[in-house]
Amino acid sequence: MIEFFTSSTFQTVLSALNSGFLKTLQLFFITLIGALPLGLVISFGSMSRIPPLRWLTRLVVWVIRGTPLVLQIIALFYVPGMKEWFTWPSGENGRMLAVCVAFIINYACYFSEIYRGGIQGVPKGQQEAGQVLGMTKAQIFRHITLLQMIKRIVPPISNEIITLVKDTSLARVIALQEVIWMGESFMKGNSGISGLVWPLFFTAVYYLAFSGIVTVLLGKLEKKLDFFQ
Amino acid sequence: MAILEVHHIEKHFGATRVLEDISFDLEQGQALAIIGSSGSGKTTLLRCLNFLEKPDQGTISVAGNLIFDAADPATQRESEVRKKRLHFGLVFQSFNLFPQYTALKNVTLARELLAQEQPDFKENKKKILEDIQADGRELLAKMGLSERADHYPSQLSGGQQQRVAIARALALHPDILCFDEPTSALDPELTGEVLRVIRELAEQRTTMIIVTHEMAFARDVADQVIFMDGGVIVEQGDARQVIEHPREERTRQFLSRYSEG
Ligand SMILES: Nc1ncnc2c1ncn2[C@@H]1O[C@H](COP(=O)(O)OP(=O)(O)O)[C@@H](O)[C@H]1O
Ligand SMILES: [Mg+2]
Repeated sequence: MIEFFTSSTFQTVLSALNSGFLKTLQLFFITLIGALPLGLVISFGSMSRIPPLRWLTRLVVWVIRGTPLVLQIIALFYVPGMKEWFTWPSGENGRMLAVCVAFIINYACYFSEIYRGGIQGVPKGQQEAGQVLGMTKAQIFRHITLLQMIKRIVPPISNEIITLVKDTSLARVIALQEVIWMGESFMKGNSGISGLVWPLFFTAVYYLAFSGIVTVLLGKLEKKLDFFQ
Repeated sequence: MAILEVHHIEKHFGATRVLEDISFDLEQGQALAIIGSSGSGKTTLLRCLNFLEKPDQGTISVAGNLIFDAADPATQRESEVRKKRLHFGLVFQSFNLFPQYTALKNVTLARELLAQEQPDFKENKKKILEDIQADGRELLAKMGLSERADHYPSQLSGGQQQRVAIARALALHPDILCFDEPTSALDPELTGEVLRVIRELAEQRTTMIIVTHEMAFARDVADQVIFMDGGVIVEQGDARQVIEHPREERTRQFLSRYSEG
């Protein structure tokens, strides 16, 4: 048993999976950094008082949420080149860029609906109580509505974030070398190793550890907001 | 001179006329009770006074100054409306306390934000905030809530929450304090403590408008009573006279439903 873990095969597989997992992490964090704020912008669009803007935003959100993310990644990666609009940078970096854009748009649309529910879920009386006390719209948002909204959206956003941990594996559809792509590569052949099945299943350890940590952290955040209501 | 003069207020929601030709005066230090069945427009009237709704017709003056005129857009500018609101305080039927703040912070928050607009705020920040805190604690003490200052709304009973809401409204020293059925959301055994503090405020000559279904309370605490029905003022006058010897048939019918119960 110990010989297996110290064998050069295991070491090779492990370092390949590690580098794949690094890409998984990159994609995960870049998506969050982009989609969390973009989702807020989209949610404002979907609640806009200008009907055409509201309809357009809701149409886009409907299309993005109603079609598979895999399809969106493929379309975003191949169509611009085929139509000669623009081409993604070549190689792994270009694939990463395309995939990040697809993920950010997709997740921002999901987040926007959660934000909308959060904003509209704060009772109107809260805003009115602030108005009657002479607060400005900005003060009401910052001091009254915001935290109540955050409390409402943390549980559903947490669910999406945990889904995102696993969704990152969809990037392999355009051959981004994330952790599952790496695991699978040892079946076909990589670094002179082929026909190995266990590396693919071994990637589950990474996902379990990562989603475990994310779940605990988000649970803590939720607990932190438990002090009211 | 009356502290509040309301003239010919009219309000529609779509095609429905909810308030029609509402006019009354209120003297400084007096309490006015508004009674009437559900849907008669009482809440809408209070909301108009607090600039939560915009009347379609009519004027509102406070201490002789015209603060709202439906015919004059210059009196309706958003930036000024915010300041004009401060003439009025409003205690909601459903309290609407801010759940993420303690009772004390609920009371002090608006004043702290207003203080930031003072020119000397930066220099005297510490002193100003301390004064606001002290005032807040004093108001809570007046409401019998000294022990509850650091509790969150969810840790308070309905009656305690409503008393915090009253302290919150008083903190900005409004000229006229409005109550919209302050005890209607409370269990019967909790209404007494809220009515008691309102009664004390009346004894201290706080100018108030109280929408209520507590007829005995209106009779004993208010100076004036207005009976509304279908968006119009059917009868107004001395509190004891309107409630004990109403002149109008509609008032009599309305009151008889309460004396039976
Ligand atoms: N925002 C609104 N939109 C449409 N109708 C409203 C609105 N607010 C109140 N109304 C209507 O106006 C009438 C008066 O309501 P309200 O002022 O709440 O009466 P009260 O407080 O005396 O029960 C009711 O018929 C009610 O349905
Ligand atoms: Mg009402």
